[in-house]
Amino acid sequence: MAWLHRLRATAMDQFAELGFPSVKDEEWKYTNVAPIAAIDFKPALSQTVADTELEREQLTPLRCVETAQSELIFLNGILRKDLSSFAAISEEIVAMDLSEAIADERYREIVWKYLAQQADYVADGFTALNTALVSHGAFVYLPKNAVMKTPLHLLFVSDGVQTASFPRVLVVAGENSSATLLESFVSVNDSRYFTNAVVEIVLKDGARLEHYKVQRESVEAFHVATTAADLGANSSYNTTTINFGAKLSRHDIHVTMDNEAAECWVDGLYLVTGTQHTDTHSVIDHRKPHCTSHQLYKGILDGKSRAVFNGKIFVRHDAQKTDAMQTNKNLLLSNDARVDTKPQLEILADDVKCAHGAAVGQIEEDELFYLETRGIHPDLARNLLTYGFAEEVIGKIKIDSIREQLDEAVLHRLNARLEA
Amino acid sequence: MLEIKNLYAGIDGNEILKGINLTVKKGEIHAIMGPNGSGKSTLAKVLAGHPAYQVTKGEVLYEGKNLLEMPPDERAREGVFMAFQYPIEVPGVSNAQFLRLAYNEKRKHLGEEELDPLEFKDLLKERAKVVEMDASFMTRSVNEGFSGGEKKRNEILQMAVLEPKLAVLDETDSGLDIDALRIVAGGVNQLHNPENAVILVTHYQRLLDYIVPQFVHVLANGRIAKEGGKELALELEQKGYDWLKATASETGGVGAQAK
Repeated sequence: MAWLHRLRATAMDQFAELGFPSVKDEEWKYTNVAPIAAIDFKPALSQTVADTELEREQLTPLRCVETAQSELIFLNGILRKDLSSFAAISEEIVAMDLSEAIADERYREIVWKYLAQQADYVADGFTALNTALVSHGAFVYLPKNAVMKTPLHLLFVSDGVQTASFPRVLVVAGENSSATLLESFVSVNDSRYFTNAVVEIVLKDGARLEHYKVQRESVEAFHVATTAADLGANSSYNTTTINFGAKLSRHDIHVTMDNEAAECWVDGLYLVTGTQHTDTHSVIDHRKPHCTSHQLYKGILDGKSRAVFNGKIFVRHDAQKTDAMQTNKNLLLSNDARVDTKPQLEILADDVKCAHGAAVGQIEEDELFYLETRGIHPDLARNLLTYGFAEEVIGKIKIDSIREQLDEAVLHRLNARLEA
Repeated sequence: MLEIKNLYAGIDGNEILKGINLTVKKGEIHAIMGPNGSGKSTLAKVLAGHPAYQVTKGEVLYEGKNLLEMPPDERAREGVFMAFQYPIEVPGVSNAQFLRLAYNEKRKHLGEEELDPLEFKDLLKERAKVVEMDASFMTRSVNEGFSGGEKKRNEILQMAVLEPKLAVLDETDSGLDIDALRIVAGGVNQLHNPENAVILVTHYQRLLDYIVPQFVHVLANGRIAKEGGKELALELEQKGYDWLKATASETGGVGAQAK
């Protein structure tokens, strides 16, 4: 696999040159990753992962009933086939370990063609590092017209103390195929580890993907992830990202619409407390006519937490009849929390419909009073209103058990705040 | 049930209520009428405990207890209910979730067992008939995207679920077409019984054709300018409020001197 060695070597050179970004870098102005570099994280080893005793039962609260027969479980970024279940994955659909796909003559052409094409390892240090180490992760492939009936769950579990994992996911959805992908990051303990994930998605013409990313890492963990999607003509990409966990999390999501009449929904919710820091950088790039993008990102901040939302929408010269809508709303539950929000529109075409806006606020007093007059204690009323704020995004997830888990997590978070 | 004694209250330092006296007994329906700015809505908000309003003088006893010392949520759990003139939208929280929470908070307060979602669903279905609301309203966010009439019906639905001892309806008739008015008023009439009391705050006599009060109090300039039976409302309908304003400014002047 000469191409793979070359890719890794190039990316490693690139990482050597870029290093981890610093706050002097405009894109990392509010997020200091020096703590990640300061800790001597060790990359997870295949043998160690394979030898780790882990029972399926231990993972039960992290799994989801709808995908019980369609889940790939990774430990520290490396697939554990013995814990995974492929029963509900239909034969035509491929969901396998990425390193196996690279070696498999049926799929290596596809991997070669699309891997490292969407996620930019030239400018981004973290993507360069992930690419330099590319090996483990998932390869998901839907041939033309394939329909995935059961959502596929990629469950990334971490258990490692000072372990670094570098999962890589490549999703290629053929023409007019449709699928639902759930990507979750969880931990079985509160240890400090580092996840550096890169997910690349290629939607061919007319393909439809529902993609949920749920980040519930340990509160000591560092999570840096990139999602890069390339949309074919008339394709539809509907993604919702939930960020609850990690001491420091950064998510770069980049959607490229370089074909006509594609549509995307790029939504998300971040809920942070204590001294958590979360940063979302989103780019939606309209390059061709008649594409539509919708974006709603909401944030709930408590304690001394900090959030960053930077959302760029580019409408290129050729992208006439673009319809782009972007909203970022933040709810501050404490005076010590802080959010930096920067929605940006850059429009070069003249016949477009674009709108964007950002808001930072607190619980509305009139809503609070209304609930109080119905006998609801002010603390509980605040929680209910916060839950309602989150629900607009959580409600977009169409897998019931995940939605319920997230609802509970929100309420639990808020109750934890009550007890504190 | 309710005794308001020489109540003075205002907002942002402006005195609006200037010595209100009112006694409401169980089983009674009272109408508080008066022109805009007379203090009707302020009285309703003070009874509900709106934080923006300050009581500067007087007292309010509810079942012998000092109502003004209780926070709004406790008043509600003790059986005081206010239907809002402008009901608030609560995005992301379904009507059913909201009502069950409120209902169970009251049950807990009374030392009764809480209802689980299924039990509550049955109860809600039953109570919803009072205001002819169908099930689709229960899964929608509280008041979000509701028409004006639907919002008012939703207020009465809340009243039906919470079964208050004292219900204060603030301009519940405003903005209603005749069908919605009939439904809302019908709901209130069904819920009224010898054990509870209703205070209707309204500008117009129209509502009182449907919900008939035993007592009508006319507010002007922060005081009760005239009191009487239901026939007083008809008199107001014919004469308007202008003749009262003159009377009220006189009495207002007396009040100012008394301070």
